[in-house]
Amino acid sequence: MKFFALIAVIVTGLLLIYGTMDMPDWGATDSPPNTHVSPRYIEKSIEETATPNVVTSLLADYRGYDTLGETTVIFTAGIVCILLLRRYR
Amino acid sequence: MINRFENIIIQTISRLLIPPIQLYALYVIAHGHYSPGGGFQGGCILGASFILMVIAYDIKETKRMISEKINTIFISLGVIIYSGIGAVCLILGADYLDYGILNKIFSVSPAKARALGTFGVEIGVGITVMAVMVSIFLNLVSGGEHEEAQE
Repeated sequence: MKFFALIAVIVTGLLLIYGTMDMPDWGATDSPPNTHVSPRYIEKSIEETATPNVVTSLLADYRGYDTLGETTVIFTAGIVCILLLRRYR
Repeated sequence: MINRFENIIIQTISRLLIPPIQLYALYVIAHGHYSPGGGFQGGCILGASFILMVIAYDIKETKRMISEKINTIFISLGVIIYSGIGAVCLILGADYLDYGILNKIFSVSPAKARALGTFGVEIGVGITVMAVMVSIFLNLVSGGEHEEAQE
C-alpha cells in the first residue's frame, strides 16, 4: 500500500512540475497579472483613493473583502485560543 | 508559568520603552497611507508592548492596564468596526465596503472618503490584532490560568 502511495505522490508531483512549464517567467512584464490589473491599480490608485501607498489602498480598499476575511481569521484564532486554553475556576 | 522577579534594570528599561513602543505602533497604524505599515503591523507592535509588560513585570500588573474583559471586547470590536463601516456603506446606498459613498457623511470628495474609510478599517484591524496577540500570549504562557505559578 505504501508503494502505491509513493507512486501516486511521485506522479502527482511530476504532473505539477509539468504544469509549471507553461507558467510565465518570474517577474515577466507580459504575463496576464502584470498587463491587466497591476497597471490599472498603480495608475488610478492615487486619483481614486487619495492614498499614496498602493499596498494600503489595494489591501483595504480594492480587496476589502480579502482583508475582512483575514481579520475574521485572526478573530477566530483568538476566540478559539480562549475557548480551548482558558480555565475558569 | 511566569514567576514574578524583581530586576530593577529590566523593569526600569521596560517602563521607559513601553510608551514609545505604543506611540510608534499608533504611528504605524495611522501612517499606513504614506509609508509601509497598516493595521496588522501596528497591531502586532501594540500587542508586543503589552507582551513586554508581561515579561518584565507579571500578568497581574498587565491586567491592571488591560483587563481580560476589555481585551476580549477589543477582539470583537475590531471586526465590528470593520464590518460596521462596510454596513454603513451598504445603508447609504453603495456596495458593501465601497467607501466612496462615505462622502455623504464627511462632505469630502469621494477619493478622500475612500482614504477615510481605509483608515477606519485599519483601526479596526489594529484593535483586533492587538487584542488577539495579548490574549493568545497570556493564555499560552499561563496555561489558561492567567496568574503566576504558586511556588
